Amino acid sequence: MRHRYWWGSGMLLPLLTTFIITACSKKNTEPTPEPAKNIAFVKPAGFPEPVYRLADNPVTTDGFALGKVLFYDGLLSRDGTISCASCHIQANAFTHHGHDVSHGIDDRLGTRNSPPIQNMAWSTSFFWDGGVHDLDLQPIAPIENPVEMDDKLNNVIGKLQRNTRYQQLFEKAFGSPGINSTRMLKALSQFMVMLVSADSRYDRYIAGKETFSEEEKKGLALFEQRCATCHKPPLFTDNSFRNNGVAPRPFGTDSGRYKITLLDEDMYKFKVPSLRNVALSAPYMHDGRFGSLESVMNHYDGGFYPTATLDPAFKNGFSFSEPDKKALIAFLKTLSDKGFITNERFAPPPGFVQGD
Amino acid sequence: MKQNILLLCILTILASCSKDKTTPATDPNEKGVVVLEFDNRAGTDDLILNNQPYRNAAGEQLTISKFAYYVSNFRLITASGQVYTLPQDSSYFLISEDNKTSAFHTLYNVPAGDYTQVKFMIGIDSARNTMDISKRPGVLDPAEGAADMYWSWNSGYIFAKLEGSSPASTDAQKLFRYHIGLYGGGFNNGPRTLNNTREITLTIPNNGKAIVRRDRKAQIHFFADALKMLNGTTNVSIAANPNVMVTPFSEKIADNYTQMFNIDHVHNE
Ligand code: HEC
Ligand code: HEC
Repeated sequence: MRHRYWWGSGMLLPLLTTFIITACSKKNTEPTPEPAKNIAFVKPAGFPEPVYRLADNPVTTDGFALGKVLFYDGLLSRDGTISCASCHIQANAFTHHGHDVSHGIDDRLGTRNSPPIQNMAWSTSFFWDGGVHDLDLQPIAPIENPVEMDDKLNNVIGKLQRNTRYQQLFEKAFGSPGINSTRMLKALSQFMVMLVSADSRYDRYIAGKETFSEEEKKGLALFEQRCATCHKPPLFTDNSFRNNGVAPRPFGTDSGRYKITLLDEDMYKFKVPSLRNVALSAPYMHDGRFGSLESVMNHYDGGFYPTATLDPAFKNGFSFSEPDKKALIAFLKTLSDKGFITNERFAPPPGFVQGD
Repeated sequence: MKQNILLLCILTILASCSKDKTTPATDPNEKGVVVLEFDNRAGTDDLILNNQPYRNAAGEQLTISKFAYYVSNFRLITASGQVYTLPQDSSYFLISEDNKTSAFHTLYNVPAGDYTQVKFMIGIDSARNTMDISKRPGVLDPAEGAADMYWSWNSGYIFAKLEGSSPASTDAQKLFRYHIGLYGGGFNNGPRTLNNTREITLTIPNNGKAIVRRDRKAQIHFFADALKMLNGTTNVSIAANPNVMVTPFSEKIADNYTQMFNIDHVHNE
């Protein structure tokens, strides 16, 4: 039997289901049907152990359901218009497709490109500069950022506490009444760690269940030689901070990792992004400067801006022929995971309106 | 010489309140109460927010609208060097001038003894800064006490905050903001970064003691001089640095705040 996530079918359904199940079980002595909506975190074959402390926050069906409602709810923003999903759209592997830098409340512009939310359970830090070290702490930043949701965490908690629907959802998720920051953040984490992408054509090729074209094979070989040290499979990132030579902007320069560590050696370094679903998550780089994978490949074809911290990998003639670039792009496209971006389990709850 | 000693004896007796004549603590299970009181000052004066002008060592006039800081990891030390360490989970205090109740912190179950020194940290240690959010309630909760004292984009607490306005400020609104934090990084075996936590040890003046017994209460009265954030090893100029947050310069202010505290006196009731 396929495990199905019921929440998407409406707010009342889970309650109704529980009610019917209890009602039924009272009438007949048949064993209660296996709960049809169990959710648990499963580590994909070949993936390392997750970094996120799942033991401290085990994913449960109700915790996940609450996290998802929070993720899609504009209540987390000052004026109710912006939800996490406004900038993290499932069809684009939870990025803000089409925006170089994110648009937040009152259409205020951020300075950074919203990265995909996928395989967060393996991330050792969050944001392009790694300023957040724990997934649980991550949502505080967009909620309080004046160009994103522009609210205050204590105010958001207050709004949730006054909302009877949330009172019920929190009680279900945590087994006792009460809404506080820890619970809200843990529920959001439960939703986010479940956003696992591990079933692309590449994964199936590696598992011997799929064939690659000659061009894709060539792209994979090139990738393994030239890119995989940083974009290390299976996560396609080694979680390190590197300067891949994107030119600093003359105005409003983003110093990257330096902003956090204040160490000169970290100037202009950014977190190596995962390349899973990269064909779906344009634009590219921390400030979304490149609109296409072709531009990215042109960058990696000797377009590195020389600064003191430029990664040694790019210092001695790092370039590609046009056919090589094509092959690399063909390979990158095999990292798209249809199942992930269409999985109903992660889809907006009813009534959710996707903004701009 | 003898005269001096005699004089000292008399003075000590005079200085001690009648209740100071206590029997030494012998029962290892005896516990008492200590109250920590933090009294915020501006130089020799009581700190008055907003309306009272002050002057820093750089000669600039200023008013203060916000003064708040974390102190943590308290240890009480006797003359013979015995150390009582407060239970870690309950050793974090946020003192904010705009919240009078934040000035008083009562410690229960302190082992009986005659304490002469207090050691504590200004700021929040790296372990607590990176601990699971469920281990950071109350003043450490970014949705409660820490709402104003937490950087969400660079996860960590602001240890001390001094804000106000000054005609000398080069900020467009003539304001100044000193938000000092940073606990040293090192998370996930990352590199060590700027660490603005500071540990200080203060001695109760005039050979005073905080006398902790079952039937008594000792109140240690600290002074915290807001102006010392600006005055000290580096005299901070508001004109030159109206805003200091996550920058290398924050270290200078952290060095200054190590000199910000003293124990003014102790009441033994
Ligand atoms: C206005 C757009 C916007 C909104 C709203 C928003 N985000 Fe983001 N998100 C971003 C941007 C931009 C970044 C990258 C920021 C940076 O690196 O400095 C980001 C980064 C992240 C990351 C880190 C990903 C990584 O790999 O480092 C996570 C997780 C995340 N957001 C979750 C959320 C959650 C949860 C919410 C709702 C509470 C939310 N976001 C709301 C734009 C947004
Ligand atoms: C030395 C490490 C390193 C190597 C080698 C490397 N990259 Fe990157 N890559 C990075 C970093 C760091 C970024 C993010 C830079 C930024 O945002 O400014 C990045 C960004 C990207 C992006 C944009 C992803 C996004 O979501 O914005 C793509 C695509 C990419 N790299 C592909 C490749 C390919 C293909 C190769 C091999 C030809 C390669 N990289 C080699 C470090 C590396």
